[in-house]
Amino acid sequence: MTEQAKTILLVDDDEDFLFQQKVQLEAIGFRVITAGSKAEALRVIAGSRPDLVIVDLMMEEMDAGFTVCHTVKTKDESIPVIMCTGVVGETGLEFDAVTDEEQAWVKADVLLSKPVRFEQLKREIDRLLAS
Amino acid sequence: MDTLRVLVCDDETGMRIGVERALRHYSVQVPDVNGEVHFAVEQAESAERALELIDVSPPEILLLDLKLPGMSGIDLLERIGPRHLETLVIMISAYASIDAAVRATKQGAYDFLAKPFTPAELKDTLKEAAEHLILARQAKKLALEKRRVRFEFISVVAHELKAPINAIDGYLKIMATHAAGDDPAVYARMTERCMTRIAGMRKMIEDLLDLTRIESGQKVRELVELDACEVARTAMDTALPSAQARGIALELHAAAPIPMTADRGELEIIFNNLVSNAVKYNRDNGRVDVFVEETAGRVRITVKDTGIGIRQEDVSKLFNDFVRLKNEETKNVLGSGLGLSIVKKLAVTYGGGVSVTSEPGTGSTFTVTLNCAPFATPA
Repeated sequence: MTEQAKTILLVDDDEDFLFQQKVQLEAIGFRVITAGSKAEALRVIAGSRPDLVIVDLMMEEMDAGFTVCHTVKTKDESIPVIMCTGVVGETGLEFDAVTDEEQAWVKADVLLSKPVRFEQLKREIDRLLAS
Repeated sequence: MDTLRVLVCDDETGMRIGVERALRHYSVQVPDVNGEVHFAVEQAESAERALELIDVSPPEILLLDLKLPGMSGIDLLERIGPRHLETLVIMISAYASIDAAVRATKQGAYDFLAKPFTPAELKDTLKEAAEHLILARQAKKLALEKRRVRFEFISVVAHELKAPINAIDGYLKIMATHAAGDDPAVYARMTERCMTRIAGMRKMIEDLLDLTRIESGQKVRELVELDACEVARTAMDTALPSAQARGIALELHAAAPIPMTADRGELEIIFNNLVSNAVKYNRDNGRVDVFVEETAGRVRITVKDTGIGIRQEDVSKLFNDFVRLKNEETKNVLGSGLGLSIVKKLAVTYGGGVSVTSEPGTGSTFTVTLNCAPFATPA
């Protein structure tokens, strides 16, 4: 492989979700750093620059994912962020990150509902890293 | 403050005005309700007019004359009968025949007031009716609240069972498609996680069964004379493998056998929950000390750990259903969130209770007290 493997930061407080996405992403050639909390994610972001971030919305706080998104985008606007959340199914709260207006406050490039299909996640990662 | 709407239906103008006047400044104090209950009187000179008013908005109380020029009071009752179950009907009549009274009662009349009546008699009758109405309303509210709590409980259970199923489902899909590469150790770890999540679900289902048995009161208690220390020892033996795996020492401090009358299964649930929590939320190489003492007819169980501790603001939530304190230290500890709620409910049935003192970062001490002979004298 001539190109160096891209690094993905995966943030979720669900240990099983982290493990499942990590092994699958590694199997298709990514380097994966995992963080089990918002605090851990912020430490990783402070010390390194991942090529892409996948983050869960609800962790220690209901909106922990927003803080992570915001911190990533403040550090470097060009790092793509995918937010995965069960919030739509759990609370009936509907929001998306499709229009510019939505992206302006959600600060994520893509929003995926949990349970996330890996094929879909992979497609979004490929699209975001290609652009 | 509550206002009850009273519709007085009588063809005698004097009667309608008399009722209106008597009730205008009258209020009732109903036990268990904050504030006073007032009455707002509306008038109808015929059953036909009353029917119109009722159709628009049924009153809480209907004072109804039996003998009316057109449609009679009884006919009106039959017309409105099942539609307005919330209206309390008081018949007023100068010559209530037994037959009329029986028919009116069959149609749901609540009370009779014989003409002529004094304002004081009217007020007494209405006071009683108001109490009846308010208490019925409260009972209904309570029933609704119970329903809401039950649905909320079911929704939490569903959610708590869905999470492990999603996790297991995720692992199985990866294994089936071999999507995690070629390292067999990775697949072994996935199998292990599936088993852990299944164990968690099983524990939750067992806890739910314990809880429903306690709450429904259907569980037959098998009261026997037993030694509380021996039950403590059994629970500690159960927890020993997971304690040893993390280098945690378990020690029982009890001077002598402590006899008490209890259901062995229930006492085991109490000890198992306390001891397994003390291990689960401990630090590696920590310790768990269990004290069983008897003073003045009460057994006192103290379980002291050297674990992560509980913040003061979280202590009050601890004994409710499905409370799992979520933070960096507890996120990988599996639990149903029902254990302590079960311990508390059981302790209460033994005439006791449960309390906790805790120091974050140092450890927690749970204390359960139970009566040695809780069922000796029937309540």
